[in-house]
Formats: sequence, structure tokens, C-alpha cells
Amino acid sequence: MSKEYKIPTMAEMAAAEKTPEVLFWVGCAGSFDSRAQKVSVAFTKILNEAGVEFAILGKEESCTGDPARRAGNEFVFQMVALQNIETLNLYKVNKIVATCPHCFNVLKNEYPALGGNYEVMHHTQFLQSLINEGRIKLKDGGAFDGKKITYHDSCYLGRANGVYEVPRSVLQNLDNELVEMQRTKTNGLCCGAGGAQMFKENEPGKKRINTERTEEALETGAEIIAVNCPFCLTMMSDGVKAKEKQESVMVYDLAELILGKM
Amino acid sequence: MQQIIFAIVTFAAFGFAAKQFLKIRRNILLGKDKDISDNAGERWKNVLLIAFGQKKMFKRWIPAVLHLFIYVAFLFTQIELIEILVDGFFGTHRFFAEPLGALYTVAISSIELLSVGAFFATLIFLIRRNLLAIPRFQMDEMTGFPKFDGNMILVLEIILLIGVFSMNGADKVLQSMGAEHYHMTGNFAVSSWLGPALFGGMSESALIGVERFGWWLHIMTVFAFLNYLPISKHLHIMLAFPNTYFAKLQPKGEMENMPEIMNEVKSMMGLIETDPDAPMDDLPEFGSNDVMSLDWKNVLGAYTCTECGRCTSVCPANITGKKLSPRKVMMDVRDRATEIGKKLDSGDMQWVKEELKAEATTLTKENFDDGKSLFDYISNEELHACTTCNACVEACPVLINPLGIILKMRRYEILTLSAGPGDWVPMFTSIENSGSVWQLPDARDKWAEEATSKN
Repeated sequence: MSKEYKIPTMAEMAAAEKTPEVLFWVGCAGSFDSRAQKVSVAFTKILNEAGVEFAILGKEESCTGDPARRAGNEFVFQMVALQNIETLNLYKVNKIVATCPHCFNVLKNEYPALGGNYEVMHHTQFLQSLINEGRIKLKDGGAFDGKKITYHDSCYLGRANGVYEVPRSVLQNLDNELVEMQRTKTNGLCCGAGGAQMFKENEPGKKRINTERTEEALETGAEIIAVNCPFCLTMMSDGVKAKEKQESVMVYDLAELILGKM
Repeated sequence: MQQIIFAIVTFAAFGFAAKQFLKIRRNILLGKDKDISDNAGERWKNVLLIAFGQKKMFKRWIPAVLHLFIYVAFLFTQIELIEILVDGFFGTHRFFAEPLGALYTVAISSIELLSVGAFFATLIFLIRRNLLAIPRFQMDEMTGFPKFDGNMILVLEIILLIGVFSMNGADKVLQSMGAEHYHMTGNFAVSSWLGPALFGGMSESALIGVERFGWWLHIMTVFAFLNYLPISKHLHIMLAFPNTYFAKLQPKGEMENMPEIMNEVKSMMGLIETDPDAPMDDLPEFGSNDVMSLDWKNVLGAYTCTECGRCTSVCPANITGKKLSPRKVMMDVRDRATEIGKKLDSGDMQWVKEELKAEATTLTKENFDDGKSLFDYISNEELHACTTCNACVEACPVLINPLGIILKMRRYEILTLSAGPGDWVPMFTSIENSGSVWQLPDARDKWAEEATSKN
């Protein structure tokens, strides 16, 4: 790591009369969840290293409203969404990258109807473009080299938005064997967190969804479960712990895996 | 004589069926208006690829191939069916044979080969449903009428094929005997040998009996089928086409906006001017609690559903033993729409909303209230188990969207009933008050400050 590590805010950028190339949308998990914070750090380190001029909204960012809307609470959704759009439009934001596919989906697909039109990318797509443009240099030898990886499709990047190949091609840049789970891509099984399930107890049933999915991931014999979503990260990590495999199987976001190779 | 009986039966069958289909149409239109007139090109492409082309069926090869036989046989049999109608009305025999010549032999032979395929496919489907106990056909919602319905269709299919082959087989033997009216049609791929094998050596009058029996059995089964369709899951043979045409084209992840709430919040935030004298709805209802508050496209989906259960078999909630089954959601919407339709047909004024009873003269969908709703069919527990993962939407071979209905009912529960899982309340309050899903004392950018200060 050579360059000075900075995470500027849009307010600071605006004060310096600068317009960043991209706004990094951190999201609630990326801001407050201790595990997901590490992904935010990893991603911003990559952005720094790649020389991307970016900024975050910092204290001016609010929840996109995704879980409220999917739970059925349109009022709460509209309140935060309209407020976010006010802020984004004030800063004349054009391009947004999000490390959370739920934020990505709402920003990209649902804010336009409310008056917020931006080019929105998921961080796996952004990483792919940085690699393609040669802005990310991957070194030989990395912390995760040689370990078998299985990739878990998040519902909101996968089925919700049809992005299946980009994260896989990002992973192809690593020196790892990529193995697929039984249910993959369009048939990928949910981790159990979406639709505001993250914020409530499970309905009565035989099994937790994350247990079902983790068992499937473990069956591949992979040592790393790669995810692209902070909620999948929590769910899969919990699943691995429940199976007492946390010593031998790690759950990482794609950004962390790329950073390990830089 | 045969012509007169045929005409009466045909008009009765079509007339009665038309009446029932109009009721289905009425039931679908119980749903709210929704304009879906955009992107005609893309929509026709969906109809061609997904309805005609069965593209999504091929996510599962075995049923897809079996289904394809029945489907293509069904399409081709229409030629024979049209001929039966012409012959029936005008007293002709195999009207198309002469004008089409060799092409006729090819057409009927193709139908016969496809029919043999369809016959075996139907047998395998019966075995899959009843002996192999494929899990998606054995779930709670697949008992009673739905189970009977699934088998009934297959049995009708077999009866139809018996009709086709008795008719063609006996005809071939009659042709070879030089019987009057039974003109030569060339060799049919199957009945040219099946006919002699089954009916060879029978007398001419017995053969004519078999041929007429097959002919009448064929057309009567078609009429029975036509009139059974409206109460059956089998409506998909027609509704799959409009349902794929009107299917959602936006990314699956996109939820429908609620402009009425958006505008209210905008005016609260001072983003738009509102007319302070504008009349207020005294009791606004948001989301859907019944067929009338869904839109017609949701109800069309319900009548299109053929209960194949692919949605339920990929639902993460269902797989892990929760009560939710997307197929059941679709079946419930259809059953409720049918129930409302029947009550409307009765015209019974007891179903008029209490407060409108004094002034109402007829029962309409606008003043209808039987004290029930979709929540009597679909429980909160089912709605709360959904992870909105879109697996059900992805799985449906005819682009039905169970998730759209689940989300509308969640909206009703939260916005209109102010109910819902208690666990969600802190999340709502926290988003509203602090702009985050968790109520936390830390600043939103604390992570960034800490990360950069460590450097």
C-alpha cells in the first residue's frame, strides 16, 4: 500500500470544489456492522490504490429504505428515499457504487420513479471495470492463493438484476479454484436475510435458511465462501459457525479477496 | 340426423363454455385497472419464446420434453379438430383429404406420431403424479380437488387419444375394404398398422360403428375439456399467452412505486405544493387485502397457474419447512376471485357493504363486502416467511409473479392495518429517526475515521 489512505466525504469534496469520479454508497451494514465495516475498509483501500477519486456521503447518508419497503412500510421508505435523493441531487451525483446489492437495487431500479436518476454499479461490477482498465494490479502470491472458493449468488445482484457472470469473472483473476454449489446462478438459494428477514425472527419451520445454504456450500469442499452482500456475509458466517467450521472455512466479500491479491 | 345432433351439441358446448369464459374474464377484471400497453415488441418476444417456445420449461428437462409432446400434439390436433367440425356440420367425411392430397397424409401422420408421444408422456405424467410421489405434487395444497384436477386432465387426454386411434384405425380398415364414403387417404404413420392389428377381420358395419364411436368420442372429449377448463388449473393452455405478454419487464428486483404515498411524503417534506382544500380520503387503504385491491394482472396470473409447483420447490422458506408456498398463494387468489365471482352472480343483496345497503339497488364489485378477504386464505405467517428472493418468479414457466402479491399484502398489513411482525417496529423507527436500520450511538462515518486514522 503506497498511496495515502483517505476516505473523503462529498461535503469535503464540494468545499474543495471537486467532483469525485464516483460516490461510494456505504449502506447501513457497511457503516455499522463490524464485519461489513471491514468490507467497506477493503473496498476503499482498493479505490485509493487504484487512484479512483471517490467520496462517501458520511453522516449525510441514510438507509436506502430497502428493508422498510420490502416489509411493507412504504411511508418510511419514501421518507428516507426522498431525503437521500435530495442529498444526491444537491451534490449532483452521477455515478454511485454500492457494496450492498440491496442498496444497489433500490438506487438503480427504484429511485428513478422518485426523481433520482444515477448510474449505479455494484462494487463487483466496479472491481471488474478497474481490473479491465488495468487500474488494479494483482500481484503474484496472495493471502488466499490456492484455496478453493465457492461463490454464493446474492438474490439482489443475481435474480433481481441478472448479474451472475461479473462476480465470477472477478474471481477468475485470483489464483484459486472456483467450484459451484448445486444451486447456482438463477437457481441460487437465498441466504435467508432478504425481504427484511434480517430484522426479525424466523417463522416456524424445520431449519434455518442460512443453515441449508451453508451446508450446500460446505459440500463443495471449499475453504472460502465468497459473497457480494453484507447480509449474506452475516448469514453465511453464522451458518459456518453453527456447523463449527469457522477454523477451516472463511466467508469473505469479493473486495477482501481482491485486496488480498494487491 | 347426425348433423342435427352434432349442431345442437356443438352450439351448446361452445355456448356454455363461452358463458364460463366470460365469467373468468369478469373475475380477472375484479382486479384494479392497470395500463400495460408499453413495449409491444418485447412483450411479443416473451410470448414467442416463453409461451410458444416453452423456453423456461427447459430448466427441467424430463418434464419439459414430456410436456412438449403433449403441447405440440395439442397444437397439431387442431387441424383434425377443424375437420371434425366441418364434417360434423356438413355431413362430409374427411373434408380436407381431397383438397390437401398428399399433404393430408403427412398432416394426419404427424398428428398420429405426436399423439403416440403424447400418450406415453401422459402415462409417465400419471406415474410421476401418483406412483413416484414427486414432492411438488404431494404438498398440502395438492390434496382434494387440485389432485383430482391434475389426474382428470391426464385421463381426458388418454380418452381423446383412444378416440383418435379408433377413428383413424377403423377408417383405414374400411378404406382397404373399399367401403362406401371411406375414400383413400394414403398411409397414416400409426393407424395403417394399428388399425388392421386391432380391428382387422371385423365386419363393415362393426367397423363403421368403431369409426363413428372414435369420431364422437374425440369431439365429445374436446367439448367436455372445453367446458372443464374454466374450473380447472388447465386454463394455462390459453392464459399462458396473455400472461407472458403482460408480464413485468423491469428487473425482478424492482418494486412498484406507490405514487399516492410518495406525493404525500413529498408534500410533508415541502417538496411539492399541495392544495390545502383538496378533499382528503377519510380512510385511505394501501396495499391489497383482496382481489379488488390487487390489479387485474395479479388475478390473471392466478387463473394462469397450472399448479406445477416449480415455484414452491425452489422457495427457500418452503424448503426449510416454513408455511409459505408461492403456488398456494396463486391458488388462493384464484379461489377467492372465483368465490367473489359466484357471490356476485347470485346478486344476493346480503353481500352489499353494510353502509351502502340503504341506497344500493344491485350488487356490484364496488359495493361488495362478504366480510371475508384474502387474509382468510393467506395467513400472516405465510406472508412473513418470504425473503423476496425472486426464486419463485424465476422458476415460473409462464412468468407468474407470486412475489408481487405477497408484497402488496405486506403493504396492506403494515400500512392499513398497522400490524406486522413486532420485530420490525424497531427497524422502522430506527430508519425513521436515525436513518439507519439499527439504532446505534455511533456516527455513520465512524468506521471511516477509525480506518484512516490507523494509517
